Amino acid sequence: MCQGCGCGDVEGYAIDGVPAVSAQVDSDGALHDAATHTHEHDVDHRHLPVHVSLLAKNDRIAERNRGYFMAKGVVVVSIASSPGSGKTALIERTLHDMADTFEAGVIVGDLATDNDARRLARAEAPVAQITTGTVCHLDADMIANSIPRFDLDALDLLIVENVGNLVCPAAYDLGEDARVVLMSVTEGEDKPAKYPTMFQGADAVVITKTDMTDAAHFDRDAALGYIRRVAPDTEILELSSLNGDGMGSWYGFLDRRLKAR
Amino acid sequence: MHEVSLMATAVEVAEQHARDAGGTRIRVLRVRIGEASGVVREALEFAFEAVTVGTMAEGASFDVQVVPTLCYCSNCKEEFTPTSVFRECPTCGSFSADIRQGMELELASLEVT
Repeated sequence: MCQGCGCGDVEGYAIDGVPAVSAQVDSDGALHDAATHTHEHDVDHRHLPVHVSLLAKNDRIAERNRGYFMAKGVVVVSIASSPGSGKTALIERTLHDMADTFEAGVIVGDLATDNDARRLARAEAPVAQITTGTVCHLDADMIANSIPRFDLDALDLLIVENVGNLVCPAAYDLGEDARVVLMSVTEGEDKPAKYPTMFQGADAVVITKTDMTDAAHFDRDAALGYIRRVAPDTEILELSSLNGDGMGSWYGFLDRRLKAR
Repeated sequence: MHEVSLMATAVEVAEQHARDAGGTRIRVLRVRIGEASGVVREALEFAFEAVTVGTMAEGASFDVQVVPTLCYCSNCKEEFTPTSVFRECPTCGSFSADIRQGMELELASLEVT
């Protein structure tokens, strides 16, 4: 039926039991004469305003996660970076150093393999591995589905290691309390300028592998400048998970989050 | 390529709205994408072609409206349009963390039949 000109189908009928092709009448009751009454089929189109965020569903689940974690008294910190910036190494060291200080669990996301989960499980913390298949980021629903793997009442901190990717994870709220983005000294100083969306949403930016600063010819001042320009309010930490330099500032960051709960 | 996930969601939401309105086909699908949202227009257009196959939106035209970034400078107490990824206030030169517009990822409207 055409909404534009008001023409519509006449009730279906048959002649001698044979269904007839419906004639059409216009709104004035006259038979619709397509030969003289031509119209663009665009006028059939109905405009539907929608105005729905494409992330609305994810954001709803993320808020539910956040409320649940809050009720359970668990602080959730997510970690994102490009592949190979040292996310797993930082978490591994944290679990080891802080084993007597707080109870931590880890959700780790990768496209494939449970290598990271097996690495982290050596620290005897509960670990859930999400293998996303082809999906380039974790989303709130994946986190929600991982929650039953943990006894949240026994945890103080849940660390979520996102898929190694500085683009896609930026858009997806997981329900975390703090979002941490890593960049290693071997990656170049201008990572924040190249991936501004990820960095601008970070509560803390951690420069990792500082033990390799000289070997990588890393220009620290330039890197700090890029971070401050893209994310003026973010906290900046510098550390080496290998030799332990700067780990205190990271534990301070976690401790402040834990005390705030 | 989270554009594929986003586009799949957009088509899912669009089909629901079209069905609720008694429509059978989606002819035009319009989205609003913020300049600072991290979404790439070309990737979104590619994803649209891929995810609409077999849906009510197959063959629909796809209209992307890019929403420019608007920041707020807390020193100058005014909004400004940044000229690069560094959201530098043109008046005082400080960098803004307050993005007032430009993060949109929205299914705006449909034309259905």
